[in-house]
Amino acid sequence: MSDSDAQNLREIRAIIARHKLGDLIFLVTGLLVLMIAVLTFIALFSHMLIDGLPRLSWDFFTSFPSRRPESAGILSAWVGTTLVMIVTAAAAVPLGVGAGIYLEEYAPKNILTEIIEINVTNLAGVPSIIYGLLALSLFVHQLGFGQSILSAGLALALLILPIVIVATREAIRAIPVTIREGAYALGATKWQTVSDHLLPYSAAGILTGIIIGLARAIGETAPIITIGALTFIAFLPPSPFKEEFPYISFEWLMAPFTVMPIQMFNWVSRPEEAFQMNAAAAGLVLVIMTLTMNALAIYLRYRMRKNLKW
Amino acid sequence: MTARRSDNNSDSSALGYNYRRHLSERFIEAVLFLTAFVSVAITLAIVVMLVTESLSFFKHVSLWEFLTDTQWTPLFDNAHYGILPLVSGTVVSSAVALLVAIPMGTITAIYLSEFAPFTVREMAKPFLELLGGVPTVVYGYFALLFVTPLLQKIFPELPGFSLLSAGLVMGIMIIPYVSSMAEDAMRAVPMHLREGSYAMGATRFQTAVRVVMPGAFSGIAAAYILGISRAVGETMVVAIAAGMQPNLTWNPMEPAATITAYIVQVSLGDLPHGSIGYQTIFAAGLTLLLITLVFNIIGHLLRKRFREVY
Repeated sequence: MSDSDAQNLREIRAIIARHKLGDLIFLVTGLLVLMIAVLTFIALFSHMLIDGLPRLSWDFFTSFPSRRPESAGILSAWVGTTLVMIVTAAAAVPLGVGAGIYLEEYAPKNILTEIIEINVTNLAGVPSIIYGLLALSLFVHQLGFGQSILSAGLALALLILPIVIVATREAIRAIPVTIREGAYALGATKWQTVSDHLLPYSAAGILTGIIIGLARAIGETAPIITIGALTFIAFLPPSPFKEEFPYISFEWLMAPFTVMPIQMFNWVSRPEEAFQMNAAAAGLVLVIMTLTMNALAIYLRYRMRKNLKW
Repeated sequence: MTARRSDNNSDSSALGYNYRRHLSERFIEAVLFLTAFVSVAITLAIVVMLVTESLSFFKHVSLWEFLTDTQWTPLFDNAHYGILPLVSGTVVSSAVALLVAIPMGTITAIYLSEFAPFTVREMAKPFLELLGGVPTVVYGYFALLFVTPLLQKIFPELPGFSLLSAGLVMGIMIIPYVSSMAEDAMRAVPMHLREGSYAMGATRFQTAVRVVMPGAFSGIAAAYILGISRAVGETMVVAIAAGMQPNLTWNPMEPAATITAYIVQVSLGDLPHGSIGYQTIFAAGLTLLLITLVFNIIGHLLRKRFREVY
């Protein structure tokens, strides 16, 4: 081998080594960035845990908010959140699933359908506080629902509608055409095909979307503040169950309320440190609630992908 | 004869059955169409509501004053209605957020799509999704009580409320949105392009930066646009950690209010329906919607292009 050949080889090796180093540097950078995300989450969670855990007790869940931080609790907040979520689910699930079915199975290819489709994508990009303004103007004032559980539930339902629609469409689209063809070949109508086959088979996927949507709605603060929800509520809405006929009452729909994120926001904005410990405790409950729901959805999706082989 | 009659009977009843079946099918289709149409109705309602409320605002305040006045003090005796201070707060906090989210989101996306082994990717993706599921009010708490004190150790003159800490936390919050969409776009780049690049002797990093990223350009750009639109519309982090003082500044070390924070601040008070203060939040909301709408349309066009390439 001549000298120049050896020289060339050395140069090539140097270039290869340099490039490999470049790859390695990026690999490390990528891992570091991922670690920053992980560390942020750990910092956030542990900071709340240290501040909030001492406050978490049975009393914290069964007491009303109070001017004295050590006896304040989140009773009205979690009851309010639960009731608002019931309204949200009752409105968003039929609307979202219905729209998803229509767009995926029924919609003819025309301008109207395309407008609806573009609309759904655009709605997903509208800032949540705009939904609050819509609810304030439409539900609170025009329709006269007031600053009630009903207004809040409907506002959040509109907000998560795109999530439910998209999840429904994706779940239905994943079902192979042969299932539909089989049903039609046996004389089933379109709705029979949808209700007896497509909906049951896509139920897990739709459920995933609903859970993700509701988890998002639980954490939303801005639209509910905008409709004018109160931050200090020391009573519970009227019970939905009654002693006498008809046993069920809907008075609670019109009741004033507060929800977990608003309670937390209220405590964060106070200067006293003791209230900020309450905020940490409320945040801890809130994060555990939303993360459990998100984790459930992720798990459902993971299992679905594994089991379903059409 | 009898047999024939019974045939006729069953024929006519089958016809009736078919007719009823057809009717109920049409009915169901109409209901489903209505649910799909709700999304269009929401959009129309948002636009009509914002425009009508803003119109009555602009009867009191000229558009020129709204766009050029440098003070935003609508609730003071000496009222000024210049949107610029709110816009500057929004722009600065979003810029800080994007300086965090775009590089970190891009690096995460490249790492996950081109470098990470299967197991790391399978673990990191759900984790990032969980990070995106944390309620924004919790991020606000984190920014105010963890990040701000931390930053004050580095910059002792940093005030208790600042656009900087709100923007930093907001940036971390939107990393998952940016990275998951950018990663989807990059994974949609066909494998043979990478193979061609490797065959020419390129390293992974060179392939990622010079082949995959240009190939996924419109999708990655759409991810950035989505991040921008999230940052502009984000409410609770800025409402908690940036302070709520309208302040015409381009310095992230100062406290300031964003458009969204202003809406929250006003909603917390008890403004009479129809007053000028009430109308200002709709004028601010319309400004916000127009800003996000522009970004959403750009993002939509980019996404459409990125789908059509392959």
